[in-house]
Parts: sequence; C-alpha cells; structure tokens
Amino acid sequence: MTEVVTNPTPPILHGPSDKEKKYDRQLRLWAANGQQALEDAHILLLNSGSGTVGVETLKNLVLPGIGKFTIADDAVVAEADLGVNFFLDEESLGQSRSERCVNFLQELNPDVKGEHFPKQEGDNIEKLLGYGRQYTLIMYSLPIEPYTLALIQQYGQQYKVPLVSIHSAGFYSYFQIHLPGCFPIIDTHPDSTATTDLRLLNPWPALSEFTRNLTKDIDNLSAHEHGHIPYLVLLLYYLEKWKESHGGFPSTYGDKKAFREFVSEGARTDNPEGGEENYDEAVAAVLKTVSEPSLSSSVKDVFEYQPTAEESDSSFWIITDAIKKFYGKHGELPLPGSVPDMKAQSSVYVELQNIYKVKARQDVAEVLETVRQHPRGKEIDVNEVETFCKNAAFVKLIHSPDSSADTLKEITGMFDEQALLTMMPLSLLPIYLALNATSHVPSASTSEIIATISKTVPEACSDPRVVQAAEEVARANGGELHNISAMIGGMVSQEVIKIITKQYIPIDNTCILDGITSRTQVLRI
Amino acid sequence: MSQPVMVAPRLQVPLSSGSRWAYLDNIRKNKGPFTDEESFDASGEGIGAMEKMRILVIGAGGLGCEILKNLALSGFRDIHVIDMDTIDVSNLNRQFLFRHTDVGKSKAEVAARFVEKRIKGVSITPHNCKIQDKDEDFYMQFNIVVCGLDSIEARRWINSTLVDLVDNENPETLKPLVDGGTEGFKGQSRVIFPTMTSCLECQLDMHAPRPAVPLCTLATIPRQPEHCIEWAHIMAWEQEKPFPKLDNDDPEHITWLYQKALARAQEFKIIGVTYALTQGVVKNIIPAIASTNAIIAASCCNEAFKIATSTNPSLGFEENYMMYSGNDSIYTYTFKHEKKSDCPVCGTTARNMELDPNQTLEDFIESLAARPEAQLKRPSIRSEQRTLYMQSPESLELKTRPNLAKKMGDLVENGEEIGVSDPSLGSVNFKFRLRFSRPFIPASERDY
Ligand SMILES: [Zn+2]
Repeated sequence: MTEVVTNPTPPILHGPSDKEKKYDRQLRLWAANGQQALEDAHILLLNSGSGTVGVETLKNLVLPGIGKFTIADDAVVAEADLGVNFFLDEESLGQSRSERCVNFLQELNPDVKGEHFPKQEGDNIEKLLGYGRQYTLIMYSLPIEPYTLALIQQYGQQYKVPLVSIHSAGFYSYFQIHLPGCFPIIDTHPDSTATTDLRLLNPWPALSEFTRNLTKDIDNLSAHEHGHIPYLVLLLYYLEKWKESHGGFPSTYGDKKAFREFVSEGARTDNPEGGEENYDEAVAAVLKTVSEPSLSSSVKDVFEYQPTAEESDSSFWIITDAIKKFYGKHGELPLPGSVPDMKAQSSVYVELQNIYKVKARQDVAEVLETVRQHPRGKEIDVNEVETFCKNAAFVKLIHSPDSSADTLKEITGMFDEQALLTMMPLSLLPIYLALNATSHVPSASTSEIIATISKTVPEACSDPRVVQAAEEVARANGGELHNISAMIGGMVSQEVIKIITKQYIPIDNTCILDGITSRTQVLRI
Repeated sequence: MSQPVMVAPRLQVPLSSGSRWAYLDNIRKNKGPFTDEESFDASGEGIGAMEKMRILVIGAGGLGCEILKNLALSGFRDIHVIDMDTIDVSNLNRQFLFRHTDVGKSKAEVAARFVEKRIKGVSITPHNCKIQDKDEDFYMQFNIVVCGLDSIEARRWINSTLVDLVDNENPETLKPLVDGGTEGFKGQSRVIFPTMTSCLECQLDMHAPRPAVPLCTLATIPRQPEHCIEWAHIMAWEQEKPFPKLDNDDPEHITWLYQKALARAQEFKIIGVTYALTQGVVKNIIPAIASTNAIIAASCCNEAFKIATSTNPSLGFEENYMMYSGNDSIYTYTFKHEKKSDCPVCGTTARNMELDPNQTLEDFIESLAARPEAQLKRPSIRSEQRTLYMQSPESLELKTRPNLAKKMGDLVENGEEIGVSDPSLGSVNFKFRLRFSRPFIPASERDY
C-alpha cells in the first residue's frame, strides 16, 4: 500500500488552490516540498539516434510540473521519426527536431518552460554546457559521440550534477544513473507496516507508569474496560509478568511463541464473542514488535561512511554525527513517535499517542543540542532535524561505484551462476553488454557487437545468451520501438523524480529492461 | 575547437527506405533469436494482417491515454476506445491528451480525436458510454482488448464477458485480454487468454479490499483522522442531509464533510483531518502519476504488439503477470499465475467456502463484500432448493427479505452448493460449496 502524504496546513475555509487541484494525485506521494523541488529543477536532455526515449521521459516530467527543460538535438525531422515519436507531426518534417518536440511537450503543461538547442548557426556543445551550473540533472540518450560524452561527464563532475544515460533499441533497453559523490536520502517512504517502533523491551518511565495505571486492577475491570486496553499496554503488562517468572524477556522464536500463548490466556472468553479483539491484536503483534532494537544495514552504512571534507559540512552529515552520538549514548535511535491504530477508547489512545510524541520531541531536542554545537549547526533548520529523527531507522545512502572493465568482468564471470543455484531468472547482463557495445555507433551487426564485447570481456563472447542478445540488438538496426522507449522512459522519469525530490530510493545504478520476457533487473555496474 | 552539438549526422540511424514505419519494420520484417518461426510472418501479408486487426481500449484515463498513443505507434490502424467519464482538472497531471479547455468533455472523444490528428492513417472510434451498455456482438468484433481501468468492478465485468464469449469451435471468439493497473509508484500488467489461462477472477485475491473500519469505532471510539471523516461521510451526512444527494466532486459537499470531521476530531483531540485527506477518504483516491502509467501502459501495449505480430513471445501461456514496484529501487516480478479449476468465472467446479452456520443470511451477504475471493457488493443468492435472497426486482426482494434475519444453518445444508449473482459480474454466476466452520445450533436448542 502506498503511504499517503497530505498537506499539513490546508486553508480552513476555502478548498484547495488551483495548483493543488491539478496536482492532487501526485501531492499525495511527494507532498508540497517534493513538488517545490520539481518546480525548481531544470533538466537538460541531449537527444540522439531515433530520438524518442528521452522525449518520452520528459513527457512524464513536464506533466507533474518540473520548472524547466532543454532539449539539445541537431537532427532534422525525417519521415521515420513520425513512426516512433508522438511529439512530432506531418508539419514537423524537415524542421528542427528539438524545436518541434519542445513545442509539443510544452503544450502539456503551461507552467513549464521549454528551450530547444541549437538556436542559431555556431551553437555547439561547448556553448550549451558553458553557462555554468544551470542544470539540475542531465539525461543523454545513446548512442553518443565519445567527445560529447566526455564533455557531459566533465560537466557532471565539475558542478556535481547527476547524469542519466539511456539506451533503447528494439525490445531491449537500459539506463544508468551516475550520481556525483554520495547521495543520502532521509525521506525514504518505507512501507507503513515496517515503521512501527514501540520500544516494548525498554519502556521509559512515563510509558511504564501509564501501563501500571491501566492494568493495576486488570482482573476487576469491567468487560468494556478490559476489552479496550490498547494492545501495546497489554504487551508491556505481560512482558513484565513474563520477566518476573522467566528472569528475562522472550528473545528466541520459541520464547515468543510461548509468550503469545501466555498473552492469549489472559483474554476473557466468557462473553458472546468468545474472546477479546484487543488481545487478538496483541497476540498478532508479538513477533513484529517484541524485539531488541537493531540497526538496519542501510543505517550502518550511513554510520560507517566517511564523508569527504566537503561533504561533512552538509546538514545531513552534521545531523548524522549527532544521531550517532545519541545512539552511542542510549543504544537506540531517536524515537519516531508514531503509534499504529489499535482498539482503544479514544481518550486513552490519544493519551498514549502523546506519551510517544513527548518522548520523540525530547529525543529531537537532545539531537538538536548536539547539532547546535557544530560550527555550522546554527544554520540547520529544526524541521530537518525532526524529519531525520523520525526517519532515522530508514535513512539510506547511495554511492555509485566507478565503472571499470574490471568490475564488468567480475559481474560477467558469475552472472548466471547464482541464478542457476537459486532457480532465479537468468541475468539480463547479456542485454547490457550487447547494447553497451553500440554506445558510440548508430547500428552494428551481430559480429561487430561480439567483436566489441570481446575487447572488454572476452570470455563472454562464447556464451550463447550473449550471442542471442547481440542478434536481437542487431535486428533493431539502431531503431527504437515506441513501447519499449515509453516503458523505460516511465522508469527513468520515476528515478529522476526520486533524485530531484530526494524522496523514495533511486536505483543503484543500472536498470536493464528485457521487453521479450517482460522483466527488469537492477545491477551495480 | 568547434564540434557539432552532439551525435551529428554521422550517428544518424540507418534507414532501409526512409519510410514512416522503418523502425517498426526492422522488427516486423526480420526474425530474432527468440522469434517463433511457425507463427511469425515476415512478409507484407503479416503486416497487412496486423493493420486490419481491430483492437479495443477500455478506459481513456491515465493508462488509456498512454495506451492509445502506444498502439497507434505500434502499427495498429483500427482502434476503438470506450469510457463514460468526462475530463476533470485533477486528470491533467497525467492524462496528457487533455488540456485545460477540455475540462468537462468526454474523455473517449477528446482522446480519440487527439491521437487521430497527431498520427496519420490511424482510425480511432470513441464510445462515450459504460462498458455494460455494450452487448456481446459489440465485443465480438475485436481481436484484442487492452484494459486500463481503475475500478475492479469494471475489470471483473469485462473479464467474465470475454470468458463467456469463447466458443471452443470457433477460435475467432477468443479475445486476448491485456490488463494494466497502477497505484503510486507501483503497478501490474497481465495477459489473459480467456478460458485457457488464469483469468482476472482467478487472480482476484491478489487485490484484496482494504478492511473496513467497524461502525462502532466510528460511532463511539474514533482514534484516527480517517475515523472522523468516515463518521462524517457515513453517519453525519445521513442524519443531517445538508444536500439532497452526496456528490463527491462537489467542493461544497466535501467542505461540509471536512468541517464536520474537523469538529469531531477536535472533540476527541484527534489531529490530522485536512481537506485533502477528507477528499482522499471520501473518494477513495489512489495516488497516480504519469511515469507509472507510462510504464504499465507501455508494458501492456508491448504484449499486445507481440501477440499481434509474433515478432517475439508474449506473456500469456507461461508467465502471465508482471508486478512493478518503484518505491525502493526498481523491482519487477514476472511469474505465472495458475488458472483455478474452481474459479467462479472460468473454472468448472464449485469453490469451497467456509461459513459459520449460526450467522444470519444478512451477515453472510455483508461478508461477501469483504471476502477477498468474492468481493460482491449486491449479491443475489440461490441455494439448490430455493431462492434465498434477490436484490431485484422489488417484488422478489420483498418476498425474500424475511430470509435475511434467518440463520444460514436454517436455510442451507452443510456441503450444499449455492449460486451467487451480482450486477458487477454480468451474466456469470458464482458457485460456492458451503462448508460449516462450526456446528449449527438450531433455535430450539439455543439460549438454554
Ligand atoms: Zn478464472
């Protein structure tokens, strides 16, 4: 289920604004701050080849309202373009492909600005990239001239701009994201079922006291009261009793099963329903909520990462440092502070919610104090610290590897071994190898593709699956299929939105699409 | 040093003839390593046959707009589209064939006109009506049906209709159904060969309805903002009737519900009721974005293209379902969903259903809406012996109404088969074999 994001402060007396109405369905996914990030973005597309995949990607970015886009493409519209590109028409024949596509894309959303390039004689790639840091992200489609590619890569490095390369030919496609340096994400939108953190094995005094008050006379409570004790309180109560008789909390799977039994024996059954719903909820929650706090591998990854001098001055790393100290001191991350819905009286539930909220606020205050001690700490927004504390268990760091023939060789050496062992579908790496072999040529025959692959990974060439992939790429003769480009264009635009809004988790770093078996695979290449 | 802007003429794609469909023909006229040579026809005849195919698109919304564009650029020439909806301003963030000036017009008509105008030589026939308004003859004329809907009910209807069309003596009656659906960053596409492979009804439990909040929670112990909104929606509205009929699209009505819910939330010290949340709960809004629609629609059209051209194997007889999730990296899972022999639509045997014989017929009928394998909101029920309850006509409803209060154990035997019909299923009947989950206690033995 998708987590729904709502605007925190709607106007009380009038309904939503025109913009909120138009963007309602997406604001529920990335909220106003994500939308703002999109509206501040300027995306450059360097278009080439049969020219459709980048334009299809842009369509999905213009519709949700990115601020600005530029298409650089010196092709002139030919008859074959009209059979694959929706953003051209009969009248476009013979005209600048970038200009016509920009015009048609702009029609989709009057709030978005579009520019085409080149505009006049002498406009060249140096000029396009010579205006300094003005692009938020650059996409380029393959095949591409090595010279142009080098300039783009240089620009990406110099201005720390993410690059996305896309290659689509026939039924095959892949795209690759090159992030400059490490890319941390706070707002990862974990599934709501994963986020419950109740601290049942280490309750703080206010929570213990609340539990004692509600359960001190548990056997003499009325049926109504007994049936409305929140399951969270029931678990705390029975954990305490279990500890008295067992000398510790249930930790193994066997313990927890026995503990479940122990809890369910407390339910009253002398009623028409033959049980109590709150006890059912408590029993169902044991395995998920009765557990020692532990750090996920992605949080460990964040804690262990050594930011560069430049990076370490950013608010993310300053807050991370403060949270690391917090964890070192308490053995726990800051409390997220949310309580799942459970059977309870309204007032009792609200009181319980407040106990969690108060503790969460205290934790934020402690982290904030550490943050403020940093020389740059005064400039950091308290909201950012709050959001970080709330999501602390789910923060994620993506740091792309450097591509080199060595790693490609490594991956190739073992690409199907694991699949054969685990009965998983076979790797899509052969598709990547075949497409990658045509990165700088408009089209190639099977033998040319195999010859190019043999230069980097000679042992792959004898693999029949690599040969088949090369045959299929050769069949496309450098041309796109609209469906495949539309599909990968949709995937690229999802990833671009994730990168620009810094919400959800982007791929790391290559996604391969096989339109024949209708599968995708994400690999680190 | 001056270089051309980018790839320059040297990297232009080589064209065999410079024709409009050159890229498509690379694929349609040449076989690949996975092409099935028996069914693939690389000659002009094969392409001609595809261009004569008539293809139906159901829904002209987020998925539908994409599907129409994709099919037109896949070489299909005779496309029909059916949708009863009109264009709303909240469609414009993804339904890219519509402009602000189109708000209020028929989706099917505007979408058809747009694509026809943009792509020369394609014919798109709009049908501005419900799918249920069309009869069997209408559906019989198509070769493939591609479905981009957001309602499970409409999907079930077209699914059972296409299964019903199949006449084993006549292969023309088998219409492959390609279905797509999205929610937020997630979605799925699937291919069904009616009666031969797992149908939408076989897969119904993959899309279980969200559990409803018990009425007593809404009435007496609300805890969440959603509880306050549901209370305003279900209870306060019925009681106060501020307007004759609730219109989910009327901002005045939503504002009334929002203010009622807000007041109730304040009374119980619950925070989080907003206008957007009110609208979301009342209209059951599913977040939707252009990119996910693009992915799923293109996947569906790619399958339709492969089915029509045999240029490569399609989903269907082996793997038939692709699940897509983009929240955390990209994850797809493509698998075979097995056909169920007790599927109420395409199976032959009655499906077992457990029930408590001590519950009333009314409770049983209510439970059919929530059971993942049934999801029927207005069911009529017959047992082997007699009619237990009919929703319509009125005379029959009146006649069978007294049964609602009776215990199931008084109406049916353990192991008896019942037939269930529902407006959402068209002419199909569900068959369930009832299994009592506990002993039945007749009224004479109760309460002693
Ligand atoms: Zn079925």
